[in-house]
Formats: sequence, structure tokens, C-alpha cells
Amino acid sequence: MVYWIALGAAGVAIPLERAVHARVFFTLGTLGGLLLTGVGLAGLSGWPQSAVLGLGLPDLPFHVRIDPLSSFFLLLLGAAGAAVSAFSAEYFQRGGGGEIRLVCLLYHVFLAAMTMVLIADDAYLFMLAWETMALASYFLVITDHRIAEIRRAGFIYFLVAHLGAIAILLAFGLLQLGQWDYTFEAMRNTSLGTQWSAAVFVLALIGFGAKAGFLPLHVWLPEAHPAAPSPVSALMSGVMLKTAIYGFLRVSFDLLQNQVWWWGVVALAVGLATAFYGAVFAALQTDMKRLLAYSSIENIGIVLAGAGLALVFHAYGMDLLAALALAATLLHCLNHALFKTLLFLATGAVMHATSQRSLGKLGGLIRRMPWVAGLALIGTLAIAGLPPLNGFVSEWLLFQSFLLSPSLPNSYLNMFIPIGTALLALAVALSSYVMVKFFGIVFLGLPREESLHEAHDIGLAARIAMGWLALWCVLIGLAPVLFLRTLDPVFQTLVGTGLRDSLARSNWTFLTAVAPEQASYSALAFLLVIVLVIVIVAMLLRRWFPVDRRRAPAWDCGFGKLDARMQDSAEGYGQPVKQIFQVFLRLERHHPSPFDRQPRYHSRIEDPVWERLYLPVARGVERLASIIGAVQHGRIAIYLVYSFVTLLLLLVVIL
Amino acid sequence: MSVSQAVLQLFQGVLAVAVAPLVLGWLNQCRAWLQNRRAPSLLQPYRVLIKLLRKEMVLATNASWLFRLAPYVVFACMVLAGAIVPLVATDLPFARAADVIALVGLFALARVFMALAAMDVGTAFGSLGSRREMLIAALAEPALLMVFFTPALISHSTALTTIVDQFSNGALQIHPSMAFAAVAFVMVLLAENARIPVDNPSTHLELTMVHEAMILEYSGRHLALMDWAHALKLTVYMGIGIALFLPWGMAHPQNWLELPLALAALGVKLALAGAGLALLETLAAKMRIFKVPEFLGMAFMLAVLGMLVHFLVET
Repeated sequence: MVYWIALGAAGVAIPLERAVHARVFFTLGTLGGLLLTGVGLAGLSGWPQSAVLGLGLPDLPFHVRIDPLSSFFLLLLGAAGAAVSAFSAEYFQRGGGGEIRLVCLLYHVFLAAMTMVLIADDAYLFMLAWETMALASYFLVITDHRIAEIRRAGFIYFLVAHLGAIAILLAFGLLQLGQWDYTFEAMRNTSLGTQWSAAVFVLALIGFGAKAGFLPLHVWLPEAHPAAPSPVSALMSGVMLKTAIYGFLRVSFDLLQNQVWWWGVVALAVGLATAFYGAVFAALQTDMKRLLAYSSIENIGIVLAGAGLALVFHAYGMDLLAALALAATLLHCLNHALFKTLLFLATGAVMHATSQRSLGKLGGLIRRMPWVAGLALIGTLAIAGLPPLNGFVSEWLLFQSFLLSPSLPNSYLNMFIPIGTALLALAVALSSYVMVKFFGIVFLGLPREESLHEAHDIGLAARIAMGWLALWCVLIGLAPVLFLRTLDPVFQTLVGTGLRDSLARSNWTFLTAVAPEQASYSALAFLLVIVLVIVIVAMLLRRWFPVDRRRAPAWDCGFGKLDARMQDSAEGYGQPVKQIFQVFLRLERHHPSPFDRQPRYHSRIEDPVWERLYLPVARGVERLASIIGAVQHGRIAIYLVYSFVTLLLLLVVIL
Repeated sequence: MSVSQAVLQLFQGVLAVAVAPLVLGWLNQCRAWLQNRRAPSLLQPYRVLIKLLRKEMVLATNASWLFRLAPYVVFACMVLAGAIVPLVATDLPFARAADVIALVGLFALARVFMALAAMDVGTAFGSLGSRREMLIAALAEPALLMVFFTPALISHSTALTTIVDQFSNGALQIHPSMAFAAVAFVMVLLAENARIPVDNPSTHLELTMVHEAMILEYSGRHLALMDWAHALKLTVYMGIGIALFLPWGMAHPQNWLELPLALAALGVKLALAGAGLALLETLAAKMRIFKVPEFLGMAFMLAVLGMLVHFLVET
């Protein structure tokens, strides 16, 4: 952390030429990320370590503590941060965006603040780091502050972030109830009443939800992510959202003592709604970064649903199942950090090569940018939840824990949670729809613009960065058991039971849920058999049926030349989803009449949350302000009259 | 893993691959009879496959490596699925590599590769088929998961082999919930395998085709693999249905004498399933693509009903 701050400061102090500057400082940042990955891995196996730093205000020192939960998130931050830094070394070499020294400072402060959030052990340091993180990311979002859209996006982000910060502050205030001791240690030891605990939980859900993007506080995500430079969106989406999940888990599992089952149900419901909502909207987007932003909302929803399920199990004392649900939750956090960062970096590479962000102007890049396409394909398959990659592992675990919910001693939950599972399945299936759309439109088909023929592939640093993330995706996918075993201390800390015993009942190639007879899955067998069958089939076909291969233009049905405009546009690909889920959308459409000489099709999709929630609130505030404004005239005489009348009234009251 | 298990496993995998075109041939034959047509030979699908394998391959000029890889991946996924689903015997080595959820994931992997390959050449039909296929799959998946919920609740497992053992070896119990699940499963099977009323496997009419639109650019060896994988998928789906709803008569790897009986049972069950499917396809008409959500919604409701019946009646 100190390293990063120093690096940022050095970055400001030492003026170098843009290209050199980017290369030197961001490469050094990568080292920091790798270091942190190591710290995280070490912390997972070790005992919690705490320290008191003599910084901060007098009488209010900073408490820091690394326990398994923070180690896990440090690992996540380190792994993703290292890749983003390596990619930035290449990305920021060329123009676009603001002053490189400023970006360098803010970027490293952002990383350092996130680290500090994860290791903070008192509310004071936590809030300080939290706000630093929000500010640094806000300034990074508005790097291109000359564009009005971007300023607006930054403002919305800023607003929602502060709404959340207030809720978190209140939650901490309630947690220390009457002790005036803001260390987490003290909070753990206070036993709050049921009502107060519930209030803390709801405040934490709102506060961290604003940062993570739970429905309906998600509105800033699709605005801020496209506005920021791609490495920054990668960090925000991949890592910063996870710090909010960290905070939520920290408060609801660690700081609060007596969980009640309905908290879990609330989290589960919000999570499922968020996941479904994000998936539907992602399918409709025409801007590739907005698409990924909505997909982040979907994944955060899945994570929250898992956390909710773990809370339900934990509240009923079924700690093994709680550990299973928590394993799914944490693994999905890490997985999402890996593949979403990978995909955002891919969009960065595409934008760099083509200066296009709109899906309607891309296409066919697999032939021009084979490296980006190949690595993005791994990310795409992983995020679509397909075996044998990592996304499937967490979703499989989550489905298994959902399937085990009927053992809960509450018959209403028994009946409703399975239906929630169906919603989850719908969201997951829609996400593979979304990812096929994303990859297919960007990388496959014919190039939709002439300029795409000049697109160039990424350089070595970016290849290493994206390859590193893809490697993690593959490794976690293939050997989830080994990885979950290292995560065991986290489950021990949060719910008191680990998965070690149930995982040890079969060998490391088989992932099991609770018991091998119950369910098992082996990604390694999947991969081996698939590769083996492909090789055997290819060899046999070549030997037994040696045939010629010929290249010819695709069949155009006799109409003349096929062109790129005949392919599906991003809108066309999302059309079935638009049709089916119309009730959830606010759709504005104009169809041209058949007699139009210059037909124009126009369609706009808006987030209904704006219309139904935010705008009424905004109007209410405005109305209130205008009522208050009635007493304000801006003339000094009138204000003097007010003071005079007030004094008279006070005199009357006193006498 | 003993030798007999490994041999039986290999046998089952090869059997699934070999028998899949036959299942398709039988289905086509039944359909022809029901429609008062003269039926093609039972072996017609094999002839088509061999014809395609011998033909020259024509690739679109701009087809990428993904396009060429996809048929192999799709085929390999289906072979793996054929090895996992208990067709003739339970307790095979690969059965533990995947439970029903992992199987759904495996099918999804094949589907995504097919949908991506369909978009690769950049024709209108390809992307049209691709988006329709992904949509139908997205709607079918919740229903399918609900179908699996009921047997998983009854047998406390999502592993097919455990479910089969539980149902076929335990005391014969009547589970009304399974009847609902079975109907829902058949509906999902029709949707997932591109059968009437959701898709029509024997048409190339642009307004209606889904699966055929996706593989329109394939020829020769690639097309043969795609078609074979499609037949294999249908067989495997029937196999899942058999394992869930008609699990009696499966062999155990320890007892080789059960094998002929198991083979005969499988033959009868597949024949019945094929004939039933042909009947359904003859009675139903192809529906508009935007009626499919209603169809699959019905499947979903039936599956939920089955689950609720299980909670209310059977516990």
C-alpha cells in the first residue's frame, strides 16, 4: 500500500515523456500487485495479524488487521490489479485521457485506498479509506472531463457513492452503540438488540449496495463504467465492487453476532432481482462497455444471492451448508474479478485499435486481433458459466447450495427458494446469451466499418496481462478443490465450519457438494475427454476420409454481394429479449412508415428505475426547495425583518 | 476403478455414438408412417453421414479458426455427455464427473460454440439462428432445472447414477410429482433438440428455422459432425429422461450377466421414446417463435407444480 502511494507520488514528482512514464510506473505497479497476491495467499493460511499504526488523529490511531477474509480479498485485488497495471503500461502510452502524471497518481492512490479498506480494523480508518477510494475513482472516471456526458456520469457516481457512505457511517454508528469505541474488535463484542442489529444490516445493505450496484442503486454503474478509461473500468468493475461485497460480508457475518433468517431472505431477493435485471438489460445494450457494466450488475446480484443464502443457512445453524453457499459467493467474487477485468481490458484493446465503443461499428476482429480475440474468448466462456472454466464452478456450487435448501426447517422457504433458483438459472442462461452477443458482434462476422481493416493487435505487456487473468480462469476452473482448500480458513472465520472435511472425501479432481453421492463434478475429466475426442476424431477423419478443402464466398442466396450490414446489429441480436421482457423496460420506439423516402428507425431503452424512483425523488426535493425558496428573496431588508421577528418571538416565549 | 468398469464405460460411450443416428432414423421412420408417407430406411442417417464425410469441404472465405473448431467441440461435448448419462449401466467411472447440473453446463458449452460459429461468417441467417437458439435455451434452462429439482429432492442427489439406483432398486413407490416433472421434461426436450413445435428439423424456410440456420454455412465433414452431434444430443436427452423416469433394468458393472438385459431394455425404451416423440411431432404444429416463451413457461409451471406436489403430498 505504502509502495503504491510512494509510486503515485513519485509519478507526480518525476516528469517524464508520456510513453516512458507510463511504461515505468505502471510496470512498477504490477510488482505491487504481485506482491499483494503473495501477501493474500500467505494470509489465507496464517493467523490473523493486527497492528496499531501511530497515524491518524491524536488519540485515534489506525488499527489494521489481516485475517483470512481480508487476505482473500487482498489476493483478488492483487491478482486483478497486477494485470490491470501491466495493461495500463501499454494503454496509457498513447494519448486519450488527461495528464498522465495525474492519472498515475490517482490510479495508485485508488489501488492503495482499496488495500486500506480491506485491512482496516476500525471504522475511522475504514471510512477514510472508503472515501479516498470513492474520490480517487471519481477523478479517474472524469479523466476525459471535457465531455459533458462524462461529467454527468461522474456526478451520478459521486452522488450515489455518498448516499452509500452515509448509510455505512450510520451503520458503524449503531454498531458501536454507546461505547464510543470504533474498533471492529469492540464492535464484535457488543451484543446489539434484534432491532438494532436489523437496522445495522439494512443500512449495510444499502450502504455497500450503493457501491456494489444492488437494485435500485445500480444506476451509476452503466454510466460510470463506459466513461472511465478501460483499465479504470476494469479496476472499478473487477475489484472496487468486490470491496463493497467485502464490507457487506464483514458487517453481516463478522461484526454482527446474531443473524436472523429474514436478513438472508432480503439479501437473496434483492440479489436475484439484481441478477435478473442486469442480465436483461445487458442483452439490450449497444455499447460494449455498458453491456459489460450491466453484466457486472448481474454478477454482483448472483454474489449477493449467494451471501443471502449463506445467511439463511447460518441463521438456522446449518453451518456446513452456509460454508458451501459462502464458498460459491467468494469464488464467484474472485471469478468475476478475473474474467470481468479480462473482458474490460479486451474492450480497452479494441477501443485502442479501432477507437470504437459502439457494438454497431465493430465486427470481424478475430482476424485482425487474434490475441485479444483468443483471450477474450476464454473470458467469454468463463463468464457465460461454461465448464471447464471457473465461472461454472461457482455457479455449480451455488446451484448445489440452492438445491440443498429444502433441508431448512421453514416450509415457506422450502417452497420459495427453489423458485428463486429458477430465477437464478434464467439470469445465468441470459448471461450466456449476452456473452455470445458480446463476443459474436465484436470479434466475429464481417467488419461493420472500413476502418476496422487497419486494427492492430496488442503488444507484449498487454498479452501478458490478459494471459495472466485467463490463466487464473483456467486454473481455478480445473482445480477448484485445491483452491477451495486454501480458502477454508475464510469459512472457518465467518461461519465457524469449513469445507475441508467434505472436500477431503474425494480426491482433488472431483469437486463435491457436501458428499460425493450427492453430486460431484470434475472439470479435469471434462477437459481431458473433450480434447481427447477432438484429437481422435480429427485423426480418424483425416485417415479414413481424406477430402479436399476449398474456400469460397458464403452463399448469398443469389441476391448479389453479401455485405456487413446484412448481419445482426447489436440491437437486432437483443431484439427477442426486448420483445419478451418488454414489461420490465421503458421503451421508446419509432418505426418508419413504408412510404418514407429516408426511413429512420429509432429506439431508445431507458432504465425504468430512473422514471419510477429517482425522478420522483428529485422532483420532490425540487418542490421542497422551491417552498423553502419562497422565504428567500435575496434582499437584506427582508432578512433583517426575519431576524427581528425571530427575536420578538423569542422574547415573547421567554417572558 | 476396475477394468470391467472401464471397459463398460468405453462400451457405453461407443454405443451412444453408434446408436444415435439409428435413433434418428427410427424417429423419422415413425413420423413417415404416421404421416402416411413411405418411410426411408432405418439406416438412412448413416448413409447421409457417410456421404457428407466423403464430400469436399467448402469453407466461406472469411471463416476463422473458431468456425473450424466448433464442430469438433460440439461433437466432443456430446460424446462426453453420452459417456456420462447412464444408458446401460450405473456406477460407471465417468458418471461421477458430472451431475445433472454439470450436464446442463456441458450442453451449454456445445450450444455456445455452435452459436458463435454461426456468427462467424457474418451472414444474416447465421446470427438469426444464433440469437433464437440462445433465447430458447435461456428460457428452457429454468424449466429444466425445476424438472431436476423434484427427483433431486426425492433421492437427495443430483447425480444421475444415484437417482437411478434410488428409483430402480428401492421399494416401488408412486411419486405423483414425477408425472408433472416428466411432462415438463418432454416439453424441454422438444425445445432443446430443435423439434416441432419449437423448431422444425426438416425445413430450410428462413422464417422458421433455428438450428438449421446456425449450421447453414457448414459442409462436408463439419456438417457431418454437427448432424451427428445433434442426433447424439437427442439420444442423450432421451437417456436422461429414461434415467429419471423409467430407470428400471440397468446393469451394474460388477454383474456382466445383466448387460444383455440392460441392452434390450434400452432398445425398447428408446424405441418407445422415439415413437412417442414422432407422435407428438405429428400432432403438433410448428409455433411462432414468440409463442415459445409461453410453451416453455408452461413447462416451467408444470415443473414447479410437481415440486409443490412433492412437498405437499409426499413428505
